[in-house]
Amino acid sequence: MIEVEHLTKRYGPTHAVTDVSFRVETGEVLGFLGPNGAGKTTTMRVITGYLPPTEGTVRVSGFDVTEQPIEAKRRTGYLPESPPVYPDMTVAEYLSFAGRIKGVARRDLKKRVGEVSEKCAVADVQRRQIGRLSKGYRQRVGLAQALIHNPEVLVLDEPTAGLDPKQIIETRELIRNLAGQHTVVLSTHILPEVSKTCERVVVISGGKVVAVGKPDELTRRLQGFGTVLLTAEGPADQIKERIERVGGVNLVEQREILEGRATFEVHAGKDQDVRAELARAVVESQWKLLELRASGMSLEDIFLKLTTEDLTEQN
Amino acid sequence: MRNILSVAGKELRQYFHSPIAYLVITIYAVLCGYFFYALTGTFVMESFRMQMGGGAMPMSLNDMVVRPLFAGILTVVLLLLAPLITMRLFAEEKRTGTIELLLTSPLTDLQIILGKFFGALGLYLALALLTFLYVGLLFLYGNPDLKPILANALGFVLFGAALLSLGMWVSTFTRNQIIAAVVSFALFLMLFVLDWISSLSSTAAGRVLSYLSLTTHFDSFTKGVIDSSDLVYFLSIIVLGIFLTARSVEALKGRP
Repeated sequence: MIEVEHLTKRYGPTHAVTDVSFRVETGEVLGFLGPNGAGKTTTMRVITGYLPPTEGTVRVSGFDVTEQPIEAKRRTGYLPESPPVYPDMTVAEYLSFAGRIKGVARRDLKKRVGEVSEKCAVADVQRRQIGRLSKGYRQRVGLAQALIHNPEVLVLDEPTAGLDPKQIIETRELIRNLAGQHTVVLSTHILPEVSKTCERVVVISGGKVVAVGKPDELTRRLQGFGTVLLTAEGPADQIKERIERVGGVNLVEQREILEGRATFEVHAGKDQDVRAELARAVVESQWKLLELRASGMSLEDIFLKLTTEDLTEQN
Repeated sequence: MRNILSVAGKELRQYFHSPIAYLVITIYAVLCGYFFYALTGTFVMESFRMQMGGGAMPMSLNDMVVRPLFAGILTVVLLLLAPLITMRLFAEEKRTGTIELLLTSPLTDLQIILGKFFGALGLYLALALLTFLYVGLLFLYGNPDLKPILANALGFVLFGAALLSLGMWVSTFTRNQIIAAVVSFALFLMLFVLDWISSLSSTAAGRVLSYLSLTTHFDSFTKGVIDSSDLVYFLSIIVLGIFLTARSVEALKGRP
């Protein structure tokens, strides 16, 4: 399991990560979600012992990564965003080397290389130079390296980046199968990936934790207000003003105006269906009502809401 | 220990996977061979002339071939070749991102550094072996003194190891191998020049500089003398190089 407590990482004046805390229970798959530059990679680099924290503690399987780095690293498998492969080595050579430095016993080495190559579907390129492999293969070799010493904890930084759709599905399947035997933290900015592979999500933005919870929990929590999309033909300002006056409407956001047709996102109270009222308001004012539909909140919406709200708060 | 050997083995394999090892060995073999040929040739001609001229002065193979070869020529050759050996040690790892693999594996920084150092030393020993093959030829045709040659061997290895440890340190500064090589070369050149400068002046400062110079300490080895102060000097430089590398690697981890 992984325990991150009040982690802060600063580079001079830059605050990469500020007071981040979360736990990953044994056997859990945690998704680490956030826009680029949010601090995901930095946090992962601290967990794996690559970077020392400025403040705070990180423990892997009970071992503090700063105080007992060797013990912690022995139990951690890490796949960075860019797989750390030596292009001039063959797959077999590389995995052997990785196994050796990660503490795999000599007599088990060959077997482990074979097992992990099978698991990551790189068994057929054992004798090829890694530099000559496609990105997909290289990524899988990187994953194999993370698994070779059968670590308790796996830290995967954007594990499906650069893979083709088929490979993405295969990798996600692989990650799902790893859950239970391994504790997994994976970072991504691909939202469907989170709902498909992770049991819990930590959303991070601007170096701070913005939300924690199960994917559907988050959806429910933030879909506090029903959202309606309305498109009408007429003077945008007047339409906006009129629908704002409809009972139950909390907020009207103008989305776009195209050739005299304005689209608005109308937020009303939870469980309040204001569609009929909106329709009446528009039609009575002699404007053409073109589209009116309820818009659910997808994980994308939540993500954007959480992360862009945070940014504007900072501004 | 196993970790150190794993890393050293990897470095050696990588040297020979790339053109670098072959390039360095070839250049060295050609230069060493040429100078060996020139020096032995001179020796042979001189001994001829001695015989012709009547009174034969005792000429020593050691003085006329072995010593100039090591003291004069090989040190300069190493000046050029050592940077080529050390330039990739950390620079390439930084560039390809594989440093992240090493630093997140259960290895201590020292194990990584020593592993790389021994890998580089391994390649260097191949060069040493070559040199002593040439020197060994002298035994077939002449009668050189063995003991000074062994002292030379030790000095040669220590001298090279010192350069390698400093070159390794320089390699931690950059992702670019070329920059690492050029800066190492400049550093070695400065250390060499210290010796030339110090030999010109006989002031106290001159003597200090002379003490610091790599070639001064190598000199006694070439004379066949193994002086403990020279041993200490070289070992100190090697330790210094490793220590500086360790500090530099630590600093590496502070940055994103």
